Amino acid sequence: MNSIMINLFYLLAALLFVMGIKGLTRPKTAVRGNRLAALGMLLAIVITLLDRQVIHYEIVFAGLAVGTLIGVLMAIKVQMTSMPQMVAILNGLGGGASLGVAAASYFSVLASGTELSGVTLVIAKSAIMLAVLIGAVTFSGSAVAFGKLQEVLPGQVIGFSGMKFINLGLLLASVAVIFLLVNNQLGSGGFLLLVGLALLLGGTLVMPIGGADMPVVIALLNAYSGIAAAAAGFIMGNNVLIISGALVGASGLILTKIMCVAMNRSLLNVLFGKMVASDGPTIDAD
Amino acid sequence: MEAFIVLLSLFALAVFLGVELITKVPPTLHTPLMSGSNAISGITIVGAILAAGSGDESSTVVPLLGFVAIVFATINVVAGFMVTNRMLKMFKRRG
Repeated sequence: MNSIMINLFYLLAALLFVMGIKGLTRPKTAVRGNRLAALGMLLAIVITLLDRQVIHYEIVFAGLAVGTLIGVLMAIKVQMTSMPQMVAILNGLGGGASLGVAAASYFSVLASGTELSGVTLVIAKSAIMLAVLIGAVTFSGSAVAFGKLQEVLPGQVIGFSGMKFINLGLLLASVAVIFLLVNNQLGSGGFLLLVGLALLLGGTLVMPIGGADMPVVIALLNAYSGIAAAAAGFIMGNNVLIISGALVGASGLILTKIMCVAMNRSLLNVLFGKMVASDGPTIDAD
Repeated sequence: MEAFIVLLSLFALAVFLGVELITKVPPTLHTPLMSGSNAISGITIVGAILAAGSGDESSTVVPLLGFVAIVFATINVVAGFMVTNRMLKMFKRRG
């Protein structure tokens, strides 16, 4: 299928997501909204499989089969009372997938000595690094949130008052490594360092937050996973990824705010105790 | 560069649309909405399919990362929509 048709179908999928999210905000239309969004996803996947760029179908179908099997089993087996944990895991996997896409793009850009150059190359590299940072923070942050809700990790507030400085330090270190990577002053060792720093940051961001505030944190991490998907979209130059990622990112942030109001908490208090500090990592991505 | 500006415009417009979409949400729908939009963020599966499917054969790392990304994203998508559906059905029976 040619790229014009593919992009038109992607647009249709994105519109289905918009209608789906809209539907999910009202009790009457919620079930239909969820189905519309699922239909949009199915459409996006089928259309991508028809893309001429996709050559190695064995890996793709194996991945889809394994993922579907695990996903169906998880969805059937999970208890209704464990829903917050479930959303946390799924969200972490979404962030992990964006991290995987970004890492795959990084290594294929390195290996194939890309034809990109100048500004385009800088943009592509920046998008890769941002997707890595946000994807990894989502992945490890969701893992810690899951651990707290499942009571594998202690649910109470862990940490000390200086924790936010550690977070800030990790964030600044990540940004510095990204800068060096984009300027070609670091190689794949630096890339792995960035992955490590970002994974650590996700953990230290969520660790100090108490179990009762976890739903808000998961909503926020959900917004991050949307932004990570949008960053992956900038790597691939793919419109459906950018639109849907931005939609989930923005609506996720608003939902986080609404949930805070409903729980009578301020978002900054949830994230930083009573201290007011700079907002979480890279909401201003791209 | 021009292509980037087009993509950036899409991103900015979608951010505003996302903000406007969510206005008043009844508290019972907070978790299903979060779960549903989480499933939508699994759209990164498109990137994963492209990364795994078009990966060069010169390395084994790229297809492997692509495979893992597809598995993760598929779980996110499939379980996400199914679980959201289960939650919503439960509300219906109650109310």
